[in-house]
Amino acid sequence: MKKEIIIAGFGGQGVLSMGKILAYSGLMEDKEVTWMPAYGPEQRGGTANVTVILSDEKISSPILNTYDVAVVLNQQSLDKFESKVKPGGVLIYDNYGIHRTPERTDITVINVNAMEATFELKNSKAYNMVVLGALLKVCPVVTMQSVLAGLKKSLPERHHNLIPLNEQAIVKGMSLVEE
Amino acid sequence: MEEEVRLMKGNEALAHAAIRYGADGYFGYPITPQSEVLETLMAEQPWETTGMVVLQAESEIASINMVYAGAAAGKVVFTSSSSPGVSLMQEGLSYIAASELPALIINVMRGGPGLGTIQPSQADYFQATKGGGHGDYHLITLAPSSVQEMCDFVGLGWDLAFKYRTPAIILADGIVGQMMEKVVLPPQRRRLTDEEVRERCPWAVTGKVGGRKRNVCTSLELEPQKMEVNNNRFQATYKRIEENEVRFEEIGTDDCDFLIVAFGSLARISQKAVEIARKQGIKIGILRPITLWPFPKKEVARLAAQVKGILVVEINAGQMIEDVRLAATDNVKIEHFGRLGGIVPTPDEILDAFKEKILG
Repeated sequence: MKKEIIIAGFGGQGVLSMGKILAYSGLMEDKEVTWMPAYGPEQRGGTANVTVILSDEKISSPILNTYDVAVVLNQQSLDKFESKVKPGGVLIYDNYGIHRTPERTDITVINVNAMEATFELKNSKAYNMVVLGALLKVCPVVTMQSVLAGLKKSLPERHHNLIPLNEQAIVKGMSLVEE
Repeated sequence: MEEEVRLMKGNEALAHAAIRYGADGYFGYPITPQSEVLETLMAEQPWETTGMVVLQAESEIASINMVYAGAAAGKVVFTSSSSPGVSLMQEGLSYIAASELPALIINVMRGGPGLGTIQPSQADYFQATKGGGHGDYHLITLAPSSVQEMCDFVGLGWDLAFKYRTPAIILADGIVGQMMEKVVLPPQRRRLTDEEVRERCPWAVTGKVGGRKRNVCTSLELEPQKMEVNNNRFQATYKRIEENEVRFEEIGTDDCDFLIVAFGSLARISQKAVEIARKQGIKIGILRPITLWPFPKKEVARLAAQVKGILVVEINAGQMIEDVRLAATDNVKIEHFGRLGGIVPTPDEILDAFKEKILG
């Protein structure tokens, strides 16, 4: 198994930490993982992206041409990464703030109304966990159990009380994807 | 602390590895993309556990001179910075080398010249391997390509520095500093006691005890005859290092028709390009120098005699390629590919460049 994933959006949407939780979850399953952020001025606004690779074998390049899965959360990211999804791959996007629909027909395109779902949860910080839920439903690269173990490992103890909230957001995200 | 599997950035691994090695002191000044070294050390607060000193100096020049002083006392000390900051340290590095002191320096390179960008680069190859500061000296130069190597080379760097009484540098790039991977951290070692330091470093300035002769650590020698003797001794050390400490990795070189030579992260990006090429029936192998100085000359010479062309991939305008050309005795085609200023090529770009420059 090897999954090459890009997650892209605005700085502040939780793109990098979503990738981090995915990477931690991979670690819980004893997978090889690489998490490579665009670490430039993007962090302070503008666009941010992170490449996460989960694999059973040693990973070569942390930087890729194309991806199995692209999660795009703003217009710029859709424009940049739609063409870089491998044929047969998956593109997940949130049409909140995106003005066009993806054009590719050789990939699975999934629209997730994650922003609206986040409003319903009344917790804007959980946006990235809603998106992660949708990603895991479409592409179950790691189990829910591993995600929770990963959260526990990555969050400082004083924030462990937030884990149920995150779990709720992930479940909500999963429910947004139709069978 | 026992051995432990963690997920962390390369920069964080450097800090954890230093604490666990039993380091005595870190002196540094923040700069992207390596600020997590100082941040992690401050967060870990090793002064509460092992007694290690962590100090944010007022500048890079102060940092390297604090390292100079700590090393003269026989202590396990280090500093870290990124390209512009490491330029400021060059005078101090020359002094440390000339005083024959063990120390560890880390450069997580960013795009230059000048203040440049904060994105990854490998443009400080010349500076690290050819001296950087003034005078005839070398730094043992280790180039990590994974977070695990960021961790491991801290210990290796200090082991070699103390073995040969000469400074070592970890020459990393922004990619390996910023990316997170799985890493196995070694178990905690305790710091050496004053008595153990005196035993390991009889040359160190540890306070005059038991009527022994005064120890002096200096780079100054006004008599040229004596300075030549010193220089000859340095050169003899460098020769021993060149004979014994060359490290490298070969990937798929058994059956290759062509070769890519690349170090650090670029070796891994090139590896992906090679995987794609092999699916197209083009057999490329990779030579990854791990020690950039001493450079794996023999291995380059052996592989140059075996292949039809060599592409040197590095994110600079062509630096390591000079060492490759010097080492390759056969008349084989050797070309360079790189991006500049903080741009990192994708595997496809590397393969396209290979086809154009080597096959074309």
